Amino acid sequence: MTASLLAPTDQTDRPAAFSALSLVCENCGARFDPEPSAICLTCLGPLVPEYDPNRSLPSRAEIQSRPRSLWRYREWLPFDGTPTLSPDSGFTPLVEAPELARRLGVARLWVKNDAVSHPTLSFKDRVVSTAINAAHAFGLDVIACASTGNLANAVAAHAARAGKAAWIFIPHDLESAKVLATGVFAPKLVRVRGNYDDVNRLCAQVADNFGWGVVNVNLRAYYGEGSKTMAFEIIEQLGWRAPTAVVAPMAGGALATKLHRGFREFAGAGLFEQALPRLYGAQAAGCAPIVRLVERGSGRIEPEIPATIARSLAIGNPADGLTAARGIADTGGWAAAVSDADLVAGIRLLAETTGIFTETAGGVTTAAALHLAKTGRLGPTDEVVLCITGNGLKTLDPLVDALPPAPLIAPKLKEVAALVEAA
Amino acid sequence: MSLTISLPSVLSRLTDGSRSLSASGNTVGEAVADVTRRFPSLAPRLVDDAGQPYPFVTFYLNDEDIRFSGGFTASVRDGDELTIVSAVAGG
Repeated sequence: MTASLLAPTDQTDRPAAFSALSLVCENCGARFDPEPSAICLTCLGPLVPEYDPNRSLPSRAEIQSRPRSLWRYREWLPFDGTPTLSPDSGFTPLVEAPELARRLGVARLWVKNDAVSHPTLSFKDRVVSTAINAAHAFGLDVIACASTGNLANAVAAHAARAGKAAWIFIPHDLESAKVLATGVFAPKLVRVRGNYDDVNRLCAQVADNFGWGVVNVNLRAYYGEGSKTMAFEIIEQLGWRAPTAVVAPMAGGALATKLHRGFREFAGAGLFEQALPRLYGAQAAGCAPIVRLVERGSGRIEPEIPATIARSLAIGNPADGLTAARGIADTGGWAAAVSDADLVAGIRLLAETTGIFTETAGGVTTAAALHLAKTGRLGPTDEVVLCITGNGLKTLDPLVDALPPAPLIAPKLKEVAALVEAA
Repeated sequence: MSLTISLPSVLSRLTDGSRSLSASGNTVGEAVADVTRRFPSLAPRLVDDAGQPYPFVTFYLNDEDIRFSGGFTASVRDGDELTIVSAVAGG
C-alpha cells in the first residue's frame, strides 16, 4: 500500500509529472507517493523511484530517433510526459582511446567524456536536469545544494536558465575556478567554514527547515536517477552492447550506484544481451572510505576527514557508499585508491593519449584504471569504459608545477631550429 | 551533565512534535538512553540492535561527527548540543 510522507494523497492528487511513479525505500521496501523527500518515514532509509512495470518501453530504434539528450531515455527517468526545463544535457561523446588501451594492456578502451557536458562541463548537468524538473513539478521555486564545486556550477546554471532562485553552499576553500563558474550565474552563493561533510550536514538541516528543493537532500531520489543516463549512453553508443568493465570515480557513491542500476535496467529491458559490466570505483587515497569498505568486504562506512587535492571527490561520509560497494561486489568489480601524485600523472596520461583534459577526479579515474590493470583486475581481453566526469579547466592548480615550462625565444628562425635540434 | 538534543523533523512525530529535547548523561550514549526512556518509539531510530548508532542517522556533538570521537562513548559537558541529522544526504 502506498503512503504519503507529508499528507494523505491519492493517484489523482499527484503532479502529472509523476503519474507512473512511486518512491520505495531501499532498506525496508515501504512505498510512498512522490514527494520532495528522500527519507523513508518508516525506517529513515533512502527512497528511490520505482517505475510502473507495465509502462510502455521504447525500442532501440525509437530511442535512436529521439533528440540527442538524456531525455531520450525518459521512460527510465522520474518524470512522465515532456520535461519543461533543461532539455539539452546528456549524450556526451564516447571516445575510443587505442593508445590508452595499449598503455593499460586491455583490448579496447573508451572515454565517456562528460568533461564536455552541456552546459557546465561535468556529469552534474545530468542529475540537475532531473532534479530541477522534479522541483518544478512540485511547485518549488527555490533550489539549493551542498557542493564540492561541479554541482554548484550545474545548479546555478540550470536555475538561471529556468528563472528559479538558487542557494548554493560550498566549502570555504574550493578551487577559484569552481567558485567563479558558479557566481557568474548570480545565485545566492554561500561559503561555509568547514569541509564538504560540514556543508552537507548544514544542507540537511536547511532542507528540513526552509521548504526548498535541495537537490542532493530532499530531491535526491529524483536527482540521482539522472546519473543512470551515463550507463544508458554507454550501451547505446557501443552499438547496444556492454563493455566488460567500467571505471568510475566515487565521491558520495551515487554515480557508481546509479551506473549499476542503469545497466541492470537496460539489461532487464532487453536492450543489451551481455553480462553486466564489472564496476570499478576510484577514489583518492586521502579520502577513500568506499574503497576501504570494498577492501574490508563488509560492514559500515567508516568516515574520514578528507586530505586530497581531488576536491570533487573529497566526501568523507559518503551517503551512497554502502550501495556503491554492493554494486561493485555484485558485478565482480573492485575499487582502487591512488595518491595525489598519481592522480596528476593520470590527468597527464589521459590528456597525452586521448586529447581529453580532465579535472582531478578524472585523474583519479585514469590512475585507478592504470593501477587496476597493473594488478591484474583489468586484463588483455577487457573492453573498458572510463567515466570522465569533469573538465580540467576547473582545476588547473595541480598542474602548475607538474608541467615543464615552455621555452622562451626571440622571434628568430635559428632559435626554433635550435629547439628542433635539441628535441 | 545536561545537554540539548536536536532532531530532524522526520523524528519529531515520535516525540509529540518536539524537535528539541533536554537530556542528561555523561556520554552521548547515556544522553540518548535518557531521551529514549521518555520516548521509547524513538529508540529504534537512534540505536541499532547491537547498541550502536542507527545507520540512517548521523550524530554531531557540537558540530563534530561522533564517529571521530568514540561514538556513543564520547564524553559530553554541560551545555553541549547533540544534533541528529538524516544520513541520507549529499553526493
